[in-house]
Amino acid sequence: MSATFDKVADIIAETCDIPRENIKPESHAINDLEIDSLDFLDIAFAIDKTFGIKLPLEQWTQEVNDGKATTDQYFVLKNLSEQIDQLIAAKGA
Amino acid sequence: MRFEYFQMIDRIVALDVEGRSVRSACTVPQQSTIFEGHFPTYPLMPGALLIECMAQTTGWLVMALNGFTAMPFLVGVKEAKFRTPVLPGDELEFEGKVLHEGSGFAVGACKGRRQGKSVCEAQITYRVMSFPNPEFRKSLIEWAERIEIPVKELIK
Repeated sequence: MSATFDKVADIIAETCDIPRENIKPESHAINDLEIDSLDFLDIAFAIDKTFGIKLPLEQWTQEVNDGKATTDQYFVLKNLSEQIDQLIAAKGA
Repeated sequence: MRFEYFQMIDRIVALDVEGRSVRSACTVPQQSTIFEGHFPTYPLMPGALLIECMAQTTGWLVMALNGFTAMPFLVGVKEAKFRTPVLPGDELEFEGKVLHEGSGFAVGACKGRRQGKSVCEAQITYRVMSFPNPEFRKSLIEWAERIEIPVKELIK
């Protein structure tokens, strides 16, 4: 799996005290790993710092609330990792 | 410091938007019903209220940075330490920094000192959200002006 996923999984394991082996690319942060919105702030803080980006959580939440996106698009970890890669690429562009 | 209104900060002493830092000052009241219980014959400033001092200090900075467009709500406190008792009449100074402005949240750190000596510290997380209503925002802006925040220079 991608280096980004590995870093994200490490962050989640450390932040939420979830065994690393339980965190898989197909895991949904909310539905499978039961990470709540408050814990996700800690994760977002660590991801932002680690990758030098700003996860657009407000935009994602709005899109989900408006029915324009599903939580899977942003909170399944392989998808989250892809989003992170895109944000990193956009930063460097 | 007005315990009864939960207004912990008397004034903002310095505000550096570019440096993302703030300093505040306040005096612990000599008398308060809080001290009748905490503790009888031995009044101490509760640690929970020192956390509120730190949260308000850095919270004002978060609002200054966003131009008073959104409200930081306290959602997390980490690594809180209380190094020495704080007593009625103590003059305190707090120094806060914003460590990170995320999307819809902010993380800060704050330290409290008395006569230069550290009394408390914590890392604080805020959820940053729209004001619930215009009146609330107006009241916060008036409050900010009372504690000498240069609101007119900051407001968006």
